[in-house]
Amino acid sequence: MRMTPAPQELAPPILRRSWPAQVRTLFFRNWSDTLITLASVTFIVLLLQPALRWILITARWEVLGANLAILLRGRYEAEAAWRIWVCLGLIAVSAAMAAGTWSGKFTKGFGAILILPLVLILIPVFNAPIRLGLLALSALMGLGFVLGAYGPQTHMGNVTVALLTLIIPLSLVLLYGFAQEGPMQVTPPRIWGGLLLSLILALTGIVFSYPLGVLLALGRRSKLPVVRILSVAYIEFVRGVPLIALLFMAVVMLELFVPNRFPTIEGIVRVAVALTLFSAAYMAENVRAGLATIPAGQVEATWALGLNGIQTMVFVVLPQALKAIIPVTVNQFISLFKDTTLVALVGMLDLVGMGRAVLGNPAWLGTHKEIYFFIGVLFWLLNYSMSYGSRKLEQRLDTGIEQSRA
Amino acid sequence: MDAAAKPEFIIECTNVSKWFGDFQVLKDINLKVRMGEVIVILGPSGSGKSTLIRSINRLEEHQTGRIVVDGIELTHDLKNIHEVRKEIGMVFQQFNLFPHLTCMRNITLAPMQVRKLKKEEAEETAMQLLERVGIPEQADKYPLQLSGGQQQRVAIARALAMSPKIMLFDEPTSALDPEMIKEVLDVMLDLARSEMTLLVVTHEMGFAREVADRLVFMDAGEIVEIGDSQGFFDNPTAERTKLFLEQIL
Repeated sequence: MRMTPAPQELAPPILRRSWPAQVRTLFFRNWSDTLITLASVTFIVLLLQPALRWILITARWEVLGANLAILLRGRYEAEAAWRIWVCLGLIAVSAAMAAGTWSGKFTKGFGAILILPLVLILIPVFNAPIRLGLLALSALMGLGFVLGAYGPQTHMGNVTVALLTLIIPLSLVLLYGFAQEGPMQVTPPRIWGGLLLSLILALTGIVFSYPLGVLLALGRRSKLPVVRILSVAYIEFVRGVPLIALLFMAVVMLELFVPNRFPTIEGIVRVAVALTLFSAAYMAENVRAGLATIPAGQVEATWALGLNGIQTMVFVVLPQALKAIIPVTVNQFISLFKDTTLVALVGMLDLVGMGRAVLGNPAWLGTHKEIYFFIGVLFWLLNYSMSYGSRKLEQRLDTGIEQSRA
Repeated sequence: MDAAAKPEFIIECTNVSKWFGDFQVLKDINLKVRMGEVIVILGPSGSGKSTLIRSINRLEEHQTGRIVVDGIELTHDLKNIHEVRKEIGMVFQQFNLFPHLTCMRNITLAPMQVRKLKKEEAEETAMQLLERVGIPEQADKYPLQLSGGQQQRVAIARALAMSPKIMLFDEPTSALDPEMIKEVLDVMLDLARSEMTLLVVTHEMGFAREVADRLVFMDAGEIVEIGDSQGFFDNPTAERTKLFLEQIL
């Protein structure tokens, strides 16, 4: 019951000004501001001028066009290259379906991800077939999203989960092939290279190190001494060794320890395993930090309801812990993706390895800057989209924790 | 144990003691609770009230003595512990709702996972419970979007969803703003008038006086006095009880 009349509600004051006015107040408020602005602009132009001149005039961008195929897919046969596109298409469709199924509405975040292939199209060195392929990817993502969001609701969740679990094995089978000849002829993994190899290593590393890291983190908190000690020993050992040492161990030293009668394992498998094991140790510590954020009351409440230890982990502790560590998890994935470039040092021809191979060709001597600039741009675009997507995922999963802080 | 005879008491604590390190929090506790009884436990902070009711669903482990709930003794046997926990609902001072689940999912989680109810069945019961605590319209919100009083009412509904025989309340209104205490107490009053066995740790004297069948006063880990609500407030026998009531009333 209100005794006094409610005070009249006022609209918040409008502080926004037109942008020319904003520019004026920010940069040209008085003569000294104007002077500083002009000096800064001159300085920036002078600084950027050589870089711009290199990009626009002196750089020999033809090195990228001439070597585009091997930079992107190594010595993977051109006739089989369509299989790579099918894999990319599958990944694009299922990722978009996942976004559609679980967000249910078109968001700005998803729009931005849809734009990624379109941004890649703008890279000047790409040729027409690649641009067409990227355009198709974009269309497939749109299709997948619509399917996920507006398809029959009862089955879409299951179909999406099935697709997501099958995507890695399916892609690997497609890439490897299974026939003696014809369109599905086997392409041995040692000729997979370039960006293709980088992406395979990063994806398998991410997909396998995540669950392994969760298991290790749980093992570290286990009440069983054997499990706990083994987990701690593993984590501490792997974290204490440089990745390059693990890669050398996997590629060069393993041969010396294993008896001859064992079949040799493909190099790509060995480095993939080394990267996964390395990343899992870091992931384990991230997950441990996440577990530490869950208040004891959450576990007590779950126990009081009669749920057992495993149910408590699966339904209450892990969903909250893994959500809390999304930013560090993505940090870990980005760092893993960049770490894949180290495999070039053990003789694998990933994007960097292929770049170095191109540089070894006398025809392209002195094109370091062009090659590494291209590699840098590609990595940045892919990593930035990963980071952007994760931020949207976080907002999507926010259940009022952020709001309640406001 | 004679399983055939229906036990007279649903909770029996016999000579229960517990230590945190060298500090004895529970000293030789003896308490028998009848089916349908409403027991309110009072006492200064640190007197062992919370530890006592948390021992009854084994969130705390007692070290000596026996605790028998509905004919099942609490030991290291995990199976027994789970059986007992299914019979007991608990409401915490800090609500402890699961922030990543909607109110509806908070309530249906245990019935679906522990009692293996179907989703539709569990949701129907959950909706009835939300109506009983007066907030059916909040079903699809997340806990942190609700006020403290609403959250505590969801927590009560969550505990009731397992159809427990006993409800434990560990200072359910202590973390609430004053204007929200009543809405939670009203729900508890409603429960107290039903067949449910209630053990309530609280500082709400009005509530204690109104609904308690028996009052238990604890101090320094001991049960100092047990009395019915009339006798307890009007003629406390123990010196320590008098002192406590003087300070609080």
